[in-house]
Amino acid sequence: MNELLLSLADDELVIGWRDSEWTGIAPLLEEDVAFSSIAQNEIGHARAVYELLADDADALAFDRPLEEYRCAPLVELRLLDWAHTIARRWLYEQADELRISALMQDDDARVAGLAAKINREEAYHRMHAELWRERLAETPQFRTAVAELWPHALGVLPAEQRGALAARVELEEVDPVERGTHSAELAELWEEMTMVRRSAPAGAQW
Amino acid sequence: MAAVEVPRSEQAFLEYVQAGGQVETTDWLPDDYRAKLVKFIEMHGNSELMGVLPEREWILRAPTLQRKLALTAKVQDEVGHAQLIYRVVEDLGKPRARCLDDLISGTSKFHNVFHYPTKTWGDVGVIAWLVDAAAIISQKALLKCSYAPYARIMKKICWEESFHILHGRDVILAMVTGTPEQFGLVQEALDRWWGPLMQFHGNPIPADDDPMFRWRIKSQGNEEARQQFLDGYVPQILELGLTVPDPKLRKRDDGVWEYTEPDWDELKSVVTGHGPRTAERLAFRRRFIEQEQWVRDALLVA
Amino acid sequence: MIWEIFRQDRKGQPFEHAGSVEAPDAEFAEAWAREQYGRRGESVALWLAPREAIHAVTEWSDEFDLKYRRVDGYSIKARLKEARERASAESG
Repeated sequence: MNELLLSLADDELVIGWRDSEWTGIAPLLEEDVAFSSIAQNEIGHARAVYELLADDADALAFDRPLEEYRCAPLVELRLLDWAHTIARRWLYEQADELRISALMQDDDARVAGLAAKINREEAYHRMHAELWRERLAETPQFRTAVAELWPHALGVLPAEQRGALAARVELEEVDPVERGTHSAELAELWEEMTMVRRSAPAGAQW
Repeated sequence: MAAVEVPRSEQAFLEYVQAGGQVETTDWLPDDYRAKLVKFIEMHGNSELMGVLPEREWILRAPTLQRKLALTAKVQDEVGHAQLIYRVVEDLGKPRARCLDDLISGTSKFHNVFHYPTKTWGDVGVIAWLVDAAAIISQKALLKCSYAPYARIMKKICWEESFHILHGRDVILAMVTGTPEQFGLVQEALDRWWGPLMQFHGNPIPADDDPMFRWRIKSQGNEEARQQFLDGYVPQILELGLTVPDPKLRKRDDGVWEYTEPDWDELKSVVTGHGPRTAERLAFRRRFIEQEQWVRDALLVA
Repeated sequence: MIWEIFRQDRKGQPFEHAGSVEAPDAEFAEAWAREQYGRRGESVALWLAPREAIHAVTEWSDEFDLKYRRVDGYSIKARLKEARERASAESG
């Protein structure tokens, strides 16, 4: 259970970090504002799950060595173009809904309750992703992006849920890019994410 | 008695706004008023948009989840302010796409403080606390702007800015009560930002010679704003054990602050596009505006 | 399209014009207005209307100065003073 929750938290943390990179540079100002809320929500979800797992959410978020993060390759990718960003948002939210729905049935009431809260917030994320997907669906940029990210998206979920994901998004299952190895991109992200924090002794106030 | 009518001669209009009258988008506006208004408001929008860039680097480096969220929310607000402001400009006749073109081509301006580098987390605190404070003073003076649509958005902008100052103060307080190195980061950032802060409100032309004040677009002169900033913030800076890098800074018995004359040449050079980070930041903006034009086209939105 | 946004602070309060958003359709307008006018929990409800749907009215005529329709149309003070003086003279 801890592994599953830690994966969820790390996925939300890293995709939130990636999504927050668009703050200030999204294609439209209105979308910039809305998209930033999504990124903040994801960080909020990560924090809430970390708090289930440990007393100090920041310590879990920042102070582990790189190898101990359990995030999926999909979220690690640095995607500074809108087509890939929306494709990832859409695929990720579809996968996450399956994962979260399972957690909503968890025996641990705290986990089930938190999963339900996350799900209610992610309903807005799904609506947003669908809004964009509809608009961009026929563009070559978006189609290419979905095709490139699809193997990574499959890797977000455990094997038994991948068929369901493929059915939802109407794509054929392919060989997934599995969790387990971290990319150079995550290493770069981790460096930047932790640089200020590492500049002071452990336990310093910020 | 008929409803309040906005006069249609420039002199009568001037008297009307100087007596506190406000105008709406559909009222008659003198050409000079309209031109100055658009330029002023556009510069504000540009500043919010460019102000995002120095801060966004630190979103990715924030040392706690709470700081990350607060800083992201602050920058999000600034983008939101740009949206509000450019809508006002657009309703005055200049479309957003043209404003952005003029911004990235260097034709239009943005405030001095956003042309400078941010070097440490200390800058994050100093910007949110002091740069935003200097901005709020100007912004509060715009709440009474004679052009009502702008005055109305200023209310939302000022409300959101108040969160930024709280956040900034919290960041600073955590550092000045932290390690000696953290204290040092704040002092070092303050040393670098003091010059631009003192230039921020502009050179002290008398209010009556300032067309923005004459037309009651601004309700306060530059020097008045600067004095207000010093009055409010120097005591706060000093009480934390920080020093202000100006040996001449002192408050006279009559309540007026004396200080080393700011470098007006530096201000002029910076706002005309020669700041340390101007070119790099405009290029960064241009890159993303151009890269994502296809998205706007797909939405059929300019 | 320009969408005018009206927001309600809390239940029972009037809807007030808050600003405008340019969006291709109602769904985008909603997604964006939600965040621009509600991310800090400052609104309990929003109304969105395309700008063209707003019919603005900005002029009235009052050629014959019908004072009884306005608060400044009654000058109570002088008459009240007279009435009080008369009442105190009669009872005094």
